[in-house]
Amino acid sequence: MAHLNRRALLGGAAATAAFGALPAHVARAQAANTVRIGVLNDQSGLYRDVNGPGSVACVRQAIQDSGVTARGVNVEVVVGDHQNRPDVGSTITRQWIDRDNVDVILDVPTSSVALAVNTIVRERNKIFLNSSAATSDLTGAQCSPNTIHWTYDTYMLAKSTGGAMVRAGGDTWFFITADYAFGHALERDTSGFVRAAGGRVLGQVRTPFPGTTDFSSFLVQAQSSRAKVIGLANAGGDTINSIKQAAEFGVTRRGTKLAALLMFISDVHSLGLETAQGLVCTESFYWDLNDRTRAFTQRVLPSMPGGLRPGMGQAGCYSAIMHYLKTVAEMGVPAARASGVETVNRMKAQPTNDDAMGEGTIRPDGRRIQPVYLFEVKTPAESRGAWDYYKLLQTTPAAEAFRPLGEGNCALVRS
Amino acid sequence: MAGPGFSGGDFKHEEQVFLGFTRTQLIAFVLMVVLVVVSPFYFYPVFLMKVLCFALFACAFNLLIGYVGLLSFGHAAYFGMGGYLAGHAAKEWGLPPEIAILIGGATGAILGLVIGAIAIRRQGIYFAMITLAFAQMVYFFCLQAPFTGGEDGIQSIPRGVLFGVFNLNSDMTMYWLTAGVFLIGFLLVHRIVHSPFGMVLKSIRENEPRATSLGYRTDDYKLMAFVLSAALSGVAGGTKSIVFGIATLTDVFWTMSGEVVLMSLVGGLGTIFGPVMGAVVIITMQNYLAEFGAWVTVIQGVIFVLCVLAFRRGIVGEIGNWLKVRL
Repeated sequence: MAHLNRRALLGGAAATAAFGALPAHVARAQAANTVRIGVLNDQSGLYRDVNGPGSVACVRQAIQDSGVTARGVNVEVVVGDHQNRPDVGSTITRQWIDRDNVDVILDVPTSSVALAVNTIVRERNKIFLNSSAATSDLTGAQCSPNTIHWTYDTYMLAKSTGGAMVRAGGDTWFFITADYAFGHALERDTSGFVRAAGGRVLGQVRTPFPGTTDFSSFLVQAQSSRAKVIGLANAGGDTINSIKQAAEFGVTRRGTKLAALLMFISDVHSLGLETAQGLVCTESFYWDLNDRTRAFTQRVLPSMPGGLRPGMGQAGCYSAIMHYLKTVAEMGVPAARASGVETVNRMKAQPTNDDAMGEGTIRPDGRRIQPVYLFEVKTPAESRGAWDYYKLLQTTPAAEAFRPLGEGNCALVRS
Repeated sequence: MAGPGFSGGDFKHEEQVFLGFTRTQLIAFVLMVVLVVVSPFYFYPVFLMKVLCFALFACAFNLLIGYVGLLSFGHAAYFGMGGYLAGHAAKEWGLPPEIAILIGGATGAILGLVIGAIAIRRQGIYFAMITLAFAQMVYFFCLQAPFTGGEDGIQSIPRGVLFGVFNLNSDMTMYWLTAGVFLIGFLLVHRIVHSPFGMVLKSIRENEPRATSLGYRTDDYKLMAFVLSAALSGVAGGTKSIVFGIATLTDVFWTMSGEVVLMSLVGGLGTIFGPVMGAVVIITMQNYLAEFGAWVTVIQGVIFVLCVLAFRRGIVGEIGNWLKVRL
């Protein structure tokens, strides 16, 4: 290797640094009628397609659709990548609130990051609208008067997939469970709902986590149990790998249902229908659900990255910002910015209604509730066009879909 | 063990004037202290606290690789475990922050004693692999143990009240504590390196059989250095969890072990100020380039390659070489 010219390198680096440093020193003035929304999610890793730039596109669409600009409210959006690391997420959140006058932290997938943000936002009396984290602790033991959990949680996923699946005929279950706290909790919750609905759990197998890539022996074990449903109590790469290998074994084509407990439509898209067909999963939004969701999807599609259709996390961002901006317009910007708790209370006081997520209400513990849908992934023959992936199996009404208000151990409810 | 990466050798002899510092080192140290004192008024204190925690972590790591020539690839274990125990002590046992941080340090020391006693029996790549293997065991323990909260981590750790007087919920008060911990840790590393004990460590780095032939029990010296390094890493981890109020799996994951290697390399192995500079550069990049997403890791990779190709002594090492002084 020839010697690199150090002088040139140093000169280049210095020039770059000087150039890059300039915009950072421009002071950020904020007009009196401006609210600032910080979209904090994974822009680069595992959840990029599930949330990422798609959530930002949905937020911008919400700002446009809400029509608040015409009513004199100026809305600014900042975007941060928490890289699924709680320390990065909490640094960005503190900086946004302390220095950049951000009023709302939005989206935040990855439970550990969401819980960290939850604490900071409460300390600073701002607003946390969580669309994409799964942990039901956000409206349970760690519930906060500054937080609304918008789109889904682990309890709702387990209840719909476990309970509604039994009603749809899948009454015997076998679990393939990732051997750590999250997997155990998913399996425990789901088996509870399966039994409550009159189903039976025939057995389970624990897969070492992380590091399991070969699920074949576990799938064989699951098949030999003759259960009608194989529950996948895992997430991310584990779910994808087990689905792919189940497809190779022809599990679903032989009539066994595969129920993924944490799965999004973008995962179905990247797996392809050939592999994902027959899979069962729960979502609170599907783009092709009704006329309103189709209209919303048509509007936002041009700005979605890579032609992705919005998933429930992204649609939740749209819905949350629609409701927030409606509240801001009613309260006036100075009042809405003054206290996060007050604004959240106003948001809780009225029902939500928008094209993406339909009608819903927000409970005192910060849980937003709405009907929840159990979908089955279509076969390639059933699919009529691009992104025509789901057929509806069961709908759980809003009142039954989520954890009952009194059972979450939330301090806001007890007092 | 000493490759061109170490900035030992052909410097003119400089007299130690104060606390074992040479004149130039003293100037650099005073400059650093001034920067530490002044910067919270210009930069965001929480960000600076993160930099200081990692700077201390990198200094602790550098004690081992820079002065004993031992490349540990499992330092995340002491950093992360120190953070967990400190967080647990502050949250569940209600202990004050200064005790919690010391518990973090003790955790690092005990882990370091156990792992170090086994690892120092081998050298080079085997040593690195043994430390990595143990760090992975610690990671799996943290993933499964009930008190760590699995992938949610320990959340809402209270910052508490320092010595029963100073309320750390104010970012500035917290900053002064962090700065104090960092400066004490930094001076401790400096003192260790320039003590007779440190001289023996350096002789082990340069030629271990010769140190043995001179009658030194090199294994004992290496283990002692290992434990000191692990303890300081635990202090850094404990301070970080008090600052951020969280302790999570990120800090025990193997990538954290890689990051601290990168910091030391970029700043300059075997220089006193190098790891601090490396931590500043890497954490600043992670923070201010966060909007570029995946490009952060690509940029880090490019910087690593550039350092190895063109600046083998690291930033501080190159500056020292240019000025013909030891920094």
